[in-house]
Amino acid sequence: MNKAEKREIMDGRKMSRAITRVAHEILERNGGAESLVIIGILTRGAVLAGKLAKIIKDIEGEEVKVGLMDINLYRDDVNFNPDQPVVRATDILFDVNDKNLILVDDVLFTGRTIRAALSQIIDFGRPKTVQLAVMVDRGHRQLPIRADYVGKNIPTAFEDSVRVYFEENDDVDEVVLYPASDKKTTAKKSTGGNKK
Amino acid sequence: MKLSSRHLLGLEGVPKKDIDLILDTSVSFREVLDRPIKKVPPLRGKTVVNLFYEPSTRTRISFDLAEKRLSADSISFSASTSSVKKGESLKDTVRNIEAMKIDMVVVRHKSPGAPYYLTQCLEANIINAGDGPHEHPTQGLLDIFTMRQKYGKIKGLRVLLVGDIKHSRVARSNIWGLKTLGASVAICGPTTLLPYEAEKMGVDVYTHIDEALEGVDVVNILRIQLERQQAGLFPSQREYTNLFGISKERLHRLNKNYTIMHPGPMNRGVEISNDVADSPQSVILDQVTNGQAVRMSVLYLLSGVDDREATSE
Repeated sequence: MNKAEKREIMDGRKMSRAITRVAHEILERNGGAESLVIIGILTRGAVLAGKLAKIIKDIEGEEVKVGLMDINLYRDDVNFNPDQPVVRATDILFDVNDKNLILVDDVLFTGRTIRAALSQIIDFGRPKTVQLAVMVDRGHRQLPIRADYVGKNIPTAFEDSVRVYFEENDDVDEVVLYPASDKKTTAKKSTGGNKK
Repeated sequence: MKLSSRHLLGLEGVPKKDIDLILDTSVSFREVLDRPIKKVPPLRGKTVVNLFYEPSTRTRISFDLAEKRLSADSISFSASTSSVKKGESLKDTVRNIEAMKIDMVVVRHKSPGAPYYLTQCLEANIINAGDGPHEHPTQGLLDIFTMRQKYGKIKGLRVLLVGDIKHSRVARSNIWGLKTLGASVAICGPTTLLPYEAEKMGVDVYTHIDEALEGVDVVNILRIQLERQQAGLFPSQREYTNLFGISKERLHRLNKNYTIMHPGPMNRGVEISNDVADSPQSVILDQVTNGQAVRMSVLYLLSGVDDREATSE
């Protein structure tokens, strides 16, 4: 990845403010933390889920259960992708029935990841509602899916690549746009499994 | 990430990175087994045939369930109730089955090399579920997975296999897999039940059980095949039990964190005593549960290896 061409969209402080706002919106919409469970999609959705849970605890003093989900077994391209995704462990150690389930991911793009996550959630039970929270919505949906809570909307070209970095994983809090000026950059990305 | 072969015929020669990938993926499938709905969709639309030319309970049910839990369509076939009785050859049987558009074949056969033979006449992915005394790779993998689950890693473990090593496909798959991952392996049994030149497999060979148990972390007790007693390979069951049977008294010298394994079916009171089989150190039932996860992992990973790209064996 050529560093010269990347564009920083959010820095750590902007991200932290947006996440705090999303936490407040979640509490407002659901009338508190009582009925909530949070499930983060691996890898960075899980980090974001942890952050949201921590802020909610600071505000309400209530512990919200957090689960992790790997969606690779539910992908719609398992039979088409020449390079098989590595399947990691899903970790949902609580009942999702009749809960308001907040599904968390870092970037909302085509909507296919969320479709896979919804199929998987249904195999775990029947939540009262499923609400979607994302750090970045970059448009270009290929399925009828939308986010309920958005850290930031970013206009992009389809071929661009947007990455969310968290200190926990990447040593820096940052949202970065890699414009698709160089076609090879995007081609390389799509084999990384993380097609954001 | 994918495997370097599109078949699983044995663990001999399988590279470490492939074994690691199968074991890592098995962790995820193990978790699926704890869900309220124990089914995931990745093999939707694939058809798997279980060809069992030898009797089996555990392995066959385990494969069948693994396939169903991956949403594959699976069909089981046993030689005793099929046209094999009418004299049809293995090749003709499988080519007829393949003509029904299948994707994967799981095969158990009394002849070593039968799964390899099938790779030569079929397009499907082939998984060996036991070929005579040669190999039983998924059993080897599930044993290794169970050890890794308990100890976190395989490298540096001392594993002892006790019993009929010579006729045991389970032993062979265990030895190859464990050696590849860096464990130190010992075998112990009556001389008549040890393979010729066993040292060449890189294992330590013992004929006295108490010596063999020295410093061991895992004791994997193999079934003593009573049907072989007629062949005169050991004098009597009672003598075998006295000399090689694993009892609590034999194990008290081991460190506290030892593990007892057995691939089943057990002859209680022969190769393993009741109190050992049911002790807290016994992970025999974990092996069975893990077997499903490992088989799901193997089926899933093999289905992702394309015919043309993979380096076939």
